Amino acid sequence: MTTPHVDPVGGIVGTPINRVDGALKVTGRAMYSEFPLDNLAHGVMVQSTVAKGTIVQTDTSAASRVPGVITILTTDNAPKLESLQKYEHEQGAAAYGTGAGRPTGRTLSLLQNKHVHYNGQPIALVIAESFEAATQAAALVRVTYRQEKPAVDFDAALASAYPYPAKIFGHEPPATRRGDLEAGLAAAEVRIDRVYTTPLETHNPMEMHATIAAWDGDRVTLWDSTQNVYGVRGVIAKALSIAEDHVRVISHFIGGAFGGKGSPWSHVVLAVMAAREVGRPVKIALTRRQMFGPVGGRPHTVQQVTLGAKRDGTLTALRHDATASTSAMDEWLETCVLATRMLYECPNQATSHNIVRLNLGTPTYMRAPGEATGLFALESALDELAYELDMDPIALRLKNYADADPETGKPWSSKSLRECYSLGAKHFGWARRNPKPRSMEDGEQLVGWGMATATYPARRMPASAVACIYPDARVVIKAASHDLGTGTYTVLTQLAADAIGVSIDAIEVQLGDTNLPRNPLSAGSMTVGSTGSAVHLAATAAREQLVQLAVTDPESRLHGTKHDDVRIRNGCLTVVGHPERNESIQELLARHAGQPIEGQGESRPGDETQQYAMHSFGAVFAEVRVDRDLGTVRVSRIVGTYAAGRVLNPKTARSQMLGGITFGLGMALMEHTLTDHRNGRYLNADLAEYHIPVHADIPSIEVHFVDERDDHVNPIGAKGIGEIPMTGVAPAIANAVYHATGVRIRDLPITLDKLLQG
Amino acid sequence: MQPFTYATADDPRDATRLAAGDAGARYLAGGTTLVDLMKLHVEQPTQLIDINALPLADVTELSDGTMRVGAMVRNSDLAHNETIRARYPVLSQALLAGASGQLRNMATTGGNLLQRTRCFYFRDTAMPCNKREPGSGCSAIDGRNRGHAILGTSDACIATHPSDMAVALVALEARVRILGPNRERVIPLAELHRVPDDHPEIETTLEQGELITAVEIPPLPFAVRSLYLKVRDRASFAFALASAAVALDVQDGIIRDARIALGGVATKPWRSPEAEDALRGGSAGMESYRAAAEAALAGAKPRRDNGFKMELARRTLVRALTRLEAGGTGR
Repeated sequence: MTTPHVDPVGGIVGTPINRVDGALKVTGRAMYSEFPLDNLAHGVMVQSTVAKGTIVQTDTSAASRVPGVITILTTDNAPKLESLQKYEHEQGAAAYGTGAGRPTGRTLSLLQNKHVHYNGQPIALVIAESFEAATQAAALVRVTYRQEKPAVDFDAALASAYPYPAKIFGHEPPATRRGDLEAGLAAAEVRIDRVYTTPLETHNPMEMHATIAAWDGDRVTLWDSTQNVYGVRGVIAKALSIAEDHVRVISHFIGGAFGGKGSPWSHVVLAVMAAREVGRPVKIALTRRQMFGPVGGRPHTVQQVTLGAKRDGTLTALRHDATASTSAMDEWLETCVLATRMLYECPNQATSHNIVRLNLGTPTYMRAPGEATGLFALESALDELAYELDMDPIALRLKNYADADPETGKPWSSKSLRECYSLGAKHFGWARRNPKPRSMEDGEQLVGWGMATATYPARRMPASAVACIYPDARVVIKAASHDLGTGTYTVLTQLAADAIGVSIDAIEVQLGDTNLPRNPLSAGSMTVGSTGSAVHLAATAAREQLVQLAVTDPESRLHGTKHDDVRIRNGCLTVVGHPERNESIQELLARHAGQPIEGQGESRPGDETQQYAMHSFGAVFAEVRVDRDLGTVRVSRIVGTYAAGRVLNPKTARSQMLGGITFGLGMALMEHTLTDHRNGRYLNADLAEYHIPVHADIPSIEVHFVDERDDHVNPIGAKGIGEIPMTGVAPAIANAVYHATGVRIRDLPITLDKLLQG
Repeated sequence: MQPFTYATADDPRDATRLAAGDAGARYLAGGTTLVDLMKLHVEQPTQLIDINALPLADVTELSDGTMRVGAMVRNSDLAHNETIRARYPVLSQALLAGASGQLRNMATTGGNLLQRTRCFYFRDTAMPCNKREPGSGCSAIDGRNRGHAILGTSDACIATHPSDMAVALVALEARVRILGPNRERVIPLAELHRVPDDHPEIETTLEQGELITAVEIPPLPFAVRSLYLKVRDRASFAFALASAAVALDVQDGIIRDARIALGGVATKPWRSPEAEDALRGGSAGMESYRAAAEAALAGAKPRRDNGFKMELARRTLVRALTRLEAGGTGR
């Protein structure tokens, strides 16, 4: 089925309007998860100081004496959650797994038992009159353990890796084979066989996780910093065995999330439990240090890539085996090899995902999960192959260009990767590149140029929205999606404005509240495709009702007109070709008893998923400067070109690409969560030591979008841009570092010690 | 954070009287280290004496040309002081290489000298640390120690002194003016910090209640040609992996005098008389610089993750000297 493309009647979609919530944010009026409530109590988590073992005793005597302490929940006295007790009783040892069926999804630390699975695990909760009192008391809780030897060293634990046992996202096989890999390798004239590694990373949004829970009788309201209000609602309802409609979750503004707030962590449920225990609203706001461990992050990966090719660059074999760390509680998978299956034409291929259990916090989705790490390995390996073949890296990629999805044979809903390569090469000046390593220098600096391909799937999930047009011509759009700081409020405003035919000033978008229509989590580059489509459909339905009213209302100047001949501009309905036959929305609705118009929109993936493979594509070009003696790497220039379908707002889109590319730069050169190899303690748990790029690290970044029309992917033709800018950047930089220095770093981040020793 | 009493002082003597005899007292200047460590429960003072109102925020020139820098002069102000920039570029550059603009606006001259190490294990009360808890053991020696010291270490502690400013000041042979409950004294900055030996918990030679009131920088004409080079993991807001403060007195191609200090690699701001000796009398050039670098690192002891600092520190020093010869700066 081909879904209709948005008719850009009002011409607002596609224009670079400012953020509609910008003024609220810069004047401090945007309310994050900091809602002022009377009688608010503060919770502070006590965390384990061992990585594996059993709690023998929790001594709260000193902590309880701190003035202002209300109560301390421990594994001895915390309320038992029947849902979890029942689940664990039924599952027994099989409780370890992907979380399917568990009331909380992943394993949360809710004080239901005395097991410790990682260093920093929440093991008690102090509730006090103030954050300060709770913090002081938390430091005075004394816990003794029966310790066991933990597995915290990734390299040492690799021997215990095993194949990921479940389907990915419920349908993708964890391992694949196509063609005959061995024959392909035998037919190869050139072969590359390399191992790439990426470290633990931590999301570190500016806003730490925070939750307020307030009960009113048997109903509870949460103000939570989350990408997934309905997901939080579901977990709270299941964990506490209460009806979903007794739980309301609000998340109007989020100060960054990056995947880490996609589903609730322990503190969210603990806040709800604590609020019920003390009979008051309870707030738990994590500290920066608490962001390391209890709320997820990117796992370690080690990836082996084997490429076989003919002398002309034709790939004859491609093997990509990834092993990622997970926790001792859950089987969570970093899906490193999915992109490898679809990115290049290669008849003989094998891929696999393996996991290794460590006594560390459970990993989760982080900034292009799977693609960012997987493409570092694949795109580095291709660069190595290009050098083996003495071939231009773009030419090598074009030689193996996939004109259809190589895994399924499906046509692409749209693909403009060739255009991305050529446009990027042009803007970067790639043609002037001498491929020889160490061929460019600038004083003390060696200069290098590298490139890589970027891609991310264009997915969507069922979403719903309501568009209300009030008699005063004000339009309210309701959808329980979220704005993570990316511009969701803004692009939904644009979509609704164009669909109805009103100015953006007439529109108010309401997000982040389970009292609004159900929407999926805002993640995986799905928000525009999912919620955007639903809003477009809802607003279009509301417009149709307006038109229907007008053409059937004998008192209207548009009475008797055919639907298709009515146009709405700036809130005024007109008959095409008859400008005198017009009426404002106010005039029209004034005759209808002050009743608002309400349009419903439901969007869900349709047949297109069966017919097409759907991905965004891009190309990243990087220039680095590496100090010839000191090994310091600074990126001096990045050009990113992307084809992501329709760009709804070039300004917010560009901002998103700049942010994502900067994330990629951090991944390449800096980000690394350090844990102690003896006890799994998170060591660099602050923003002074956990490095992300600062302004001085961020170079000139040029972003270009290829004009691309996609009539298949979803009703609005936008493929999503949340994650793609993170992909391809790390390998482009690593490839540039090789070009500059002749040293190939296969272990992220690329730090000067590795170059000095390389 | 644990509860504490809070007092303000507007006269240095009052401040020292408040602190006298109270082992739980700490002076609060910019707070950029202290408050941070209090939040981590590493510092648990029972009394904070706020010295921000003390009249110690001036930079003045004494009759002999010595620059007296009040202890409360903010790092930003000192870095941009015209006289300091002209006479001691190494100091201005070191200050601007430290922390971030916001932190430099708060951090003070006295406080910077007393900032605590960034060692992960010192900052985590769940881990043994001889500096924080004498006798508990050093977690860093066999732990993650990429950022740790290779000079001035002991079997009890390998924590790096994090200051940039102090490295420049020790090269300039600065003195520290100290006011105690009973007396005022002036000591060379080189004698303020201790190497850890068996007592890493004792970081300075300050006595209980003593207050740094000023840093005095004697005239050093050849320091107009000096620079501070800092090598770190990102372009700004990162502690040094290695740094070098250098000043050379070169006449007719011969090095008549030199000042060399290293940062990021030692347990205290590390003056290197060995490097200075190697340079003095030699001809300005790569050969002398390499010899100085070898001499500076001769006693270094690398550990599991920080072996790269040996070569990095040598190259940093050589680069600093080369750039100085070429008339460049550390920035």
